[in-house]
Amino acid sequence: MLKQLRPALVMLVALTLITGLAYPLAMTGLAQAVFPAQANGSLIEREGRVIGSALIGQDFTAARYFHPRPSATLGADPNDPAKSVPQPYNAASSMGSNLGPSNAVLIDRITAEAARLRAENPAAPVPVDLVTTSGSGLDPDLSPAAALFQVPRVARARGLGEDAVRALVVAHVKDRLLGVIGEPTVNVLALNLALDQLGR
Amino acid sequence: MTVNGWLQILLFCAIIVALVRPLGGYMTRVFSGERTVLAPVLGPLERGLYRLAGTAPGEEQHWTAYAVGLLVFNLAGVVALFALQRLQGMAPFNPMAMADVPPDLAFNTAVSFVTNTNWQNYGGETTLSYLTQMSGLAVQNFVSAATGIAVAVAVIRAFSRKSMRTLGSFWVDLTRSTLYVLLPACIVLTLAYVALGVPQTLGPSVEAQTLEGARQTIAVGPVASQLAIKMLGTNGGGFFNVNSAHPFENPGALANLIQMVSIFALGAGLTNVFGRMVGDERQGWALFIAMGLLFLAGVAVCYGAEAAGNPLVHALGIEGGNMEGKEARFGIAVSALFATVTTAASCGAVNAMHDSFMALGGMVPLINMMLGEIIIGGVGAGFYGMILFVVVAVFVAGLMVGRTPEYLGKKIEAREVKMAMLAVLCLPLAMLGFTAAASVLPGAVASIANPGPHGFSEMLYAYTSGAANNGSAFGGLSGNTPWYNVTLALAMLMGRFLVIIPALALAGALVEKKAAPASAGTFPTHGGLFVGLLVGVIVIVGGLTFFPAIALGPIVEHLALLDGTTF
Repeated sequence: MLKQLRPALVMLVALTLITGLAYPLAMTGLAQAVFPAQANGSLIEREGRVIGSALIGQDFTAARYFHPRPSATLGADPNDPAKSVPQPYNAASSMGSNLGPSNAVLIDRITAEAARLRAENPAAPVPVDLVTTSGSGLDPDLSPAAALFQVPRVARARGLGEDAVRALVVAHVKDRLLGVIGEPTVNVLALNLALDQLGR
Repeated sequence: MTVNGWLQILLFCAIIVALVRPLGGYMTRVFSGERTVLAPVLGPLERGLYRLAGTAPGEEQHWTAYAVGLLVFNLAGVVALFALQRLQGMAPFNPMAMADVPPDLAFNTAVSFVTNTNWQNYGGETTLSYLTQMSGLAVQNFVSAATGIAVAVAVIRAFSRKSMRTLGSFWVDLTRSTLYVLLPACIVLTLAYVALGVPQTLGPSVEAQTLEGARQTIAVGPVASQLAIKMLGTNGGGFFNVNSAHPFENPGALANLIQMVSIFALGAGLTNVFGRMVGDERQGWALFIAMGLLFLAGVAVCYGAEAAGNPLVHALGIEGGNMEGKEARFGIAVSALFATVTTAASCGAVNAMHDSFMALGGMVPLINMMLGEIIIGGVGAGFYGMILFVVVAVFVAGLMVGRTPEYLGKKIEAREVKMAMLAVLCLPLAMLGFTAAASVLPGAVASIANPGPHGFSEMLYAYTSGAANNGSAFGGLSGNTPWYNVTLALAMLMGRFLVIIPALALAGALVEKKAAPASAGTFPTHGGLFVGLLVGVIVIVGGLTFFPAIALGPIVEHLALLDGTTF
C-alpha cells in the first residue's frame, strides 16, 4: 500500500501539470494565434458593438424578424433573484425542456404554439421544429421549412414582396456537408442581418 | 427514416471499421513497449516521470499490486478533485467569480469524474471555475480513461502471456496511454474543433446587445481542449450544462461526426490490440463483430422510434419525427445515432436531450447501459467488460458439450467464472437496488420532472447511467440533492471498482495458466457460431435481468402513447 503511495501522488501531480495546465494553456495560446475569431466565440460585431455570436441563437419577437425555435432556458427573476423565470436564449445557462413525450405539459405547449402559428400562416403545414424546443435552448438554426413558413409575416411587416423575402431565405439555406452529413439549416441571426440590409 | 439518415449512419460505421487496424497497430506498439514515432519527443518526459515516481518500465506487478496501485491513484484523484472544487473561490482562472462548490455536489462530481462517469449534477457554465474545469475535471478525463485502458491491457496480457505471475506495471500503462495515445490525439482534435467554431479562451463571458436591443450574456471558456478529451476518453462531462447539444460544444455536423468517431475510436482499436497481442487478429474481429451487431440493432430501434415521432403531436396535425430536445443542425438520424453511440460506449455526452426522446427511443440508451456498455464500450472498460461476458459465454458453451471450457488455450475454471459473474451481477445490484430504494422514498420521488411511467424511467436511467459509468441523463430529474449526490456516487463507485477488481483478479488467475494447444475438440472463438453465442449470452444474461424494470418504464409509456394517454 505505502509502496504504491509515492508513484500515485507523483503521477497525479505530474499528470495534472501536463494535462491540466500545460495542455489547456498551450492549446489556448495556439488557438488564439491560429483561429482567433473562432476561439473567442465567433462573435459578430456591427458598428464596433458585439451583437451576438454566429453560433448562438438569440431571441426575436418582432414580426419584422424571423423567429427562432422555442427555447426552454431560464434566467433569474428580475424581481426576485432567488427564483427562475423563462428567459429564452439565455446563453449564460443552457438548458433543454426535458419534457417527456407523454407529458401533458409538452402536449399543451405544442397545442398552443401550433394554434398561434396557424393564425399567422394558415396556408402552410406547421413545421415540427417551430413547435419544439431545442436541446440547448440556444439553437441558432431553423429548418428551411420553418424559415419559409414565416415569409408571409415578415414580408407583411416590412412591406416587402414575399418573393424577395423567400429568395433571401433560399439564399441562406446551408446544405448538408458533401450532400450527406447533417441537415439543411438556415441561421436565423444571419438571415435577419441580411433582412436588415434589404431594407425596411 | 430516410435514406440520407441511414447513409450518415453507415458512413460513421465505415469510418470506425477503417480505424480499427491503424489504431490497434499503434496501441499494440505503445503497450508492448516498442518505440513509436513520438518517442523522440515524449521519451525523455516519460523516463523523467518514472524516475520521479521511483519506478521503472521493467518493474512489473502481480495483479494485487496492480489493483492496489490503481485504487490508491484513484483515491488520491477523488481527494484532489474534491479539494479543488471546495477551494475554487480563491483559486486563479475564475473570471466569472464562481463560488466554492457545496460538499455533497463536490463529492458527487469528484467520484463522477474519477470513475469516468461524468454525471453532471453541476451546470458547467453556472457552477465551475475555469481552473476546476481544466486542472480538475479535464485531468480526470485523461487519467480515468488511461486507467480504463490500463486495465484492458492488463486483461489482454492475461491471455497473451503464458505461465507468468505479472500483468505489467500500472504506472507504465497509465503513463503510456496518457502520453502516447490520449494527449497527442487531443492536441490534433482540439485544433480541429477550434477551427470548426468551438471556443478556447480564458476570457470572461461576452456581453452582446442583440439585434432587437436585448442584452445577451454568452458564456465561453477553454472549451475545445476539454471537449477533445471528453469524447476521446469516453468521459462525456460537458463544459456546458447541455453538453454537446450546446452550439459552442458542437457547432455543426462535421464537429458532431468527429465527436462520435472519437467516442468509438479507441475502444474499437482495443479489440484489434487484443487480436494482435494474442497472435490472431480474427479473435479481435469476432469481438468487434459481436459489438457491431448489438450496436446496429440499437441504432435501428432508436432511429426508428424518433423518426416515427410522437403520436400525440401527430394528432395535432403536425407531421414529422420527434424534434423536442433536438438541434436543427443535427436532425433526427444523427441525434439517434449519437444517443446510441454515447451509451454503447460509456461516454455519456449528449447532443440531444434523452429525457425528451420517445419512450422506445429512450429505451435504447437505457438498454445499452444495462448490458454493461460492452458495445465498444468505454475506453478499456468496454473491452474488459466484454471479456467478462466472453468468459461466461465459453463457460455456457462448455456446459452444453460437457467439456472444460477454454478461451485462447487458457482453461476457464471455477475461479474465473466466479470472478466474471461477480462483476456481471454487481451492475444490476447497483442499478436496480438504488432505483428500488429511490422509488419508495418520497424525497427521492420529489426530484422527478415528468409524471407517470416516464418519471420512473428518469430514476432508473439515473442509477443505470451512474453504475454503468456513463453519465448521460434523463436530465429532468433534479439530481443535485444530497440523496442523489450520495447514492449516485455510490452507484458509480460500485460500477467502476467492483468490475475492475474482479476483472484484474480474473486476469491474475489466467496469466499464471499455461496455454493448451488447440485440438480437434477446441471450440473456435473467431467464427460466426461463437459470435452468435456471445451475443445470445449478453442479451440473455445481461438483458433479462432488466426486463421487468424496462416494462415498468419505457414499455408502459409507449403503450400509453399509442393509446393517446398523457400524464
